[in-house]
Amino acid sequence: MHIVIVGNGVTGITTARFVRKMSDHRITVISAESDHFYSRPALMYLYMGHLTYEQTKPYADDFWEKNRIELLRDYVREADVAGKRLFLSSGAALSYDRLVLATGSQSNKFGWPGQDLDGVQGLYGLYDLERMEQNTQGIRRAVVVGGGLIGVEMAEMLHARHLPVTFLVRERGYMDYLLPPEEADMVGRQIRSHGIDLRLGTELKAVLGDEEGRVRAVVTSAGEEIACGFVGLTVGVHPNVDLAKASGIETNRGVLVNRFFETSAPDVYAAGDCAEFREPLPGRKPVEQLWYTGRMHGRTLARTLCGRRTPYRPGVFFNSAKFFDLEYQTYGDVPPALGPGLRTLYWEHPNGDRCIRINYREADGAVTGFNVMGVRYRHAVCAAWIREGRSIRFVLEHLGAANFDPEFFTQFEAEVVATYNAGHPEAPVRLKRKRGLRALLTH
Amino acid sequence: MPSTNTDFDQSIGLTPGRTFLTSGQKVGQVFVGFGLLLLLAAAFGSEALSPLRFFASGLVSLAFGLAIYYVPDLTAPTTALSSGERVGLGLFGFGLLMLIATLAGLGSLAPALFFWLGTGLVTLGGLLFIRARYAGRPGGIRNDGVMFSNTMSRGAVGWLLGIVFTGFYVLLYWFPAALEGLIRTMDPLSWVLHGKPADQWFMYGTFYTLAVLVMGVRALYKYRHNRYQRIRTFSVMFFQLVFAYLIPSILVLFNRPEFYFSYFWPLKYNYLWPSDVQWLMSQPGGLGVFMVFWAAALSFIATPILTYFWGKRWYCSWVCGCGGLAETLGDPWRHLSDKSVKAWQIERWMIHAVLVFVVATTAVLWINSATEGAVLGGLSGAYARVYGFLIGSVFAGVIGVGFYPVMGSRMWCRFGCPMAATLGIFQKYFSRFRITTNGGQCISCGNCSTYCEMGIDVRWYAQRGQNIIRASCVGCGVCSAVCPRGVLSLENGPREERYNGPALITEDLTILTDEDVEAGAI
Repeated sequence: MHIVIVGNGVTGITTARFVRKMSDHRITVISAESDHFYSRPALMYLYMGHLTYEQTKPYADDFWEKNRIELLRDYVREADVAGKRLFLSSGAALSYDRLVLATGSQSNKFGWPGQDLDGVQGLYGLYDLERMEQNTQGIRRAVVVGGGLIGVEMAEMLHARHLPVTFLVRERGYMDYLLPPEEADMVGRQIRSHGIDLRLGTELKAVLGDEEGRVRAVVTSAGEEIACGFVGLTVGVHPNVDLAKASGIETNRGVLVNRFFETSAPDVYAAGDCAEFREPLPGRKPVEQLWYTGRMHGRTLARTLCGRRTPYRPGVFFNSAKFFDLEYQTYGDVPPALGPGLRTLYWEHPNGDRCIRINYREADGAVTGFNVMGVRYRHAVCAAWIREGRSIRFVLEHLGAANFDPEFFTQFEAEVVATYNAGHPEAPVRLKRKRGLRALLTH
Repeated sequence: MPSTNTDFDQSIGLTPGRTFLTSGQKVGQVFVGFGLLLLLAAAFGSEALSPLRFFASGLVSLAFGLAIYYVPDLTAPTTALSSGERVGLGLFGFGLLMLIATLAGLGSLAPALFFWLGTGLVTLGGLLFIRARYAGRPGGIRNDGVMFSNTMSRGAVGWLLGIVFTGFYVLLYWFPAALEGLIRTMDPLSWVLHGKPADQWFMYGTFYTLAVLVMGVRALYKYRHNRYQRIRTFSVMFFQLVFAYLIPSILVLFNRPEFYFSYFWPLKYNYLWPSDVQWLMSQPGGLGVFMVFWAAALSFIATPILTYFWGKRWYCSWVCGCGGLAETLGDPWRHLSDKSVKAWQIERWMIHAVLVFVVATTAVLWINSATEGAVLGGLSGAYARVYGFLIGSVFAGVIGVGFYPVMGSRMWCRFGCPMAATLGIFQKYFSRFRITTNGGQCISCGNCSTYCEMGIDVRWYAQRGQNIIRASCVGCGVCSAVCPRGVLSLENGPREERYNGPALITEDLTILTDEDVEAGAI
């Protein structure tokens, strides 16, 4: 059987790797972007000079031949889903038995005047990075629009090249559609502490160009004109459904799939950023655009492709990010505003650069989510507590087992427990365990 | 050679397209001028001032200057320099010129003056530069521009430094007379610490310790947000200064054997060779006996015990002088280590071959000693000299440190050190140490692997959710520090499940579901 995967991002490659682990099927991975798989979250480190392109490849170049995964650098124009054939930009055609669409995302643009001027761009792939390299030569100020993860990464990238950055964010608090207000404030402070001119509650109105068609300024919703030589548009991404549409596969925002990643066409699957679940899983989004979800999709889909039809059943949600120097990890569900029946325990360091938040149900005390900033927590421990419905009191007693900071770092678990006890003087909790691997393994 | 530079000059606000001399070219001119001056002095030099040395130093300075002037790569900075950094670099550069003058022989004329002008200014300039670069800014990982830097990423400056370092070791080991001027500037210090004039080893020890201290200050600044790194860096600075410099010096001052309590067999191979043991035992008082006891106890008792509890890091990145230099002076080049599987294969063969070599050498020396030369005759002595030359000098010094700017900071520790080999065997099979991977949080970015000085492909394990247990890991903790997602942590713990990590993680935690967990895993 010949399995063809369109897209060599984390979803496509994870699918290919696990198909190879489980079978001897012929595997071809097609990408228009790069010859080899590279880590997309590492793009920023290329521009900042922390890494070279070679170092962002998770597998050595000879890995693919050794594992008999054929790589093809081409662009797939269209799929003939009845005849099970692909038509490529090079003019070649390729037959498949099973087709996987892992075509990822495209950067959003919202029809602003001047959005197509030279020096205005998004950031998604290697091509964008090359353009950014050229577009930021010799400029005096850059403007980044959009308060998501890519926005703050782009601000950090430009800052690393000593470029002054103005950062326009529509929301009143940074990423307040995902983060509770305290965390949003903390990220905002972090961004400002690096000298970024962060403008919250400010939107882009228009991009102005000079006579050569190059950006010279932006106009904000406050009516202010900011002179700049570069504009980064980081206002989210949408699923790349070009190929699916051209091939008559059913799409909505993304390529529509069921829990087995099966599309409307026979033997055609879609996974990763480009897929949209017809029936989203409880508590999860119909389109999942994370590195981690892409990896989970690929791993699950590989089983189906190899004859063990497996539904997508992700475990406890998790994610992580880094905002300049502020590390962020989240486990379970931490909504921006507390829902009914939920309580939250929030501790923040007096310096305002670390916090630990634990959400739990009022009724039975079961913990539902963790947010940590400037502190590292253990994935396995937090996920297990949430999955097992451990009570907040149990979790606080054993909180040390969740700490994952490097040795000698100050541990703040006692402060978290003290914060809880201040609200529950009638029945204070005693922290039984400080951090330690023994505590974890005997847990 | 007037030129325009598109990249950096604009970044510091100069008008694009203007023709001018870059500051680097001005530095080149200074070196050229200074070299010509020394050549001139050579023409008039008398016996005391050694025309030959003047001539050689003049040539060196001239070559430097011309290279700096004509190779734009050498001086184009990758980031704009602040005024503080310029002052620091200026003093450092002037100190370098004075070191060249010192080598020309001027150091012999006025040792104290040229000690301060050369060594002193290089130290001060370096410290000022480091302070200007890091102080007053937020702490955190700042590897900005490392891969664009021609100093840190095998650019022209990197190669030049590699040649200078290597050349220094060649002169030090085999042509110390060439360094006479430099050695003489150490006399005042040597009288204080040693009670006698300096020799090349005192000069080397002083430079070595200064390098660890000055670049240690850099490491303390660079990793100041990370307490593990701060304590560890302080530890290597302390052990180098006190155990590998002051105590041996003071022992000499009091007419005792020059003994390094922080180096053990098989790294310091001769400490358990019959000649050293017999010589130490013959010392008056109990000190020599204690030294022999110390050497044997540390090698055979303390090493396995400490490594069982904390891994080889207790020595390699906390105590050892070679490790100390690598973690401080070598830190800017830590990412140059080869991460390929091929390099790993070579490493395993080579380091264990050296271990066999030193064990065999030690064995034949003792057999020879026990049989009073009846069995092996002069052979064991020759064997020992070959080891000392090939491993002790060429590998540990010339290649180990000389190649820092080209092949990374831990060449010796990774491929050659027999002590690292034994510690590695303990670490892999009889230790509680591991680097834990935090579930499924890895984004495969590659920072951990890139900045691993030992060439371990950390990411290969981390992205599988697997703990990292490798014989070569020196536990410097930088993989954990540079990880942008909080995935890695150095830990000591029970040996059960050390390889698999916490029980939940088999291959890829991310796929585990409630049912999978109940079923026992995927």
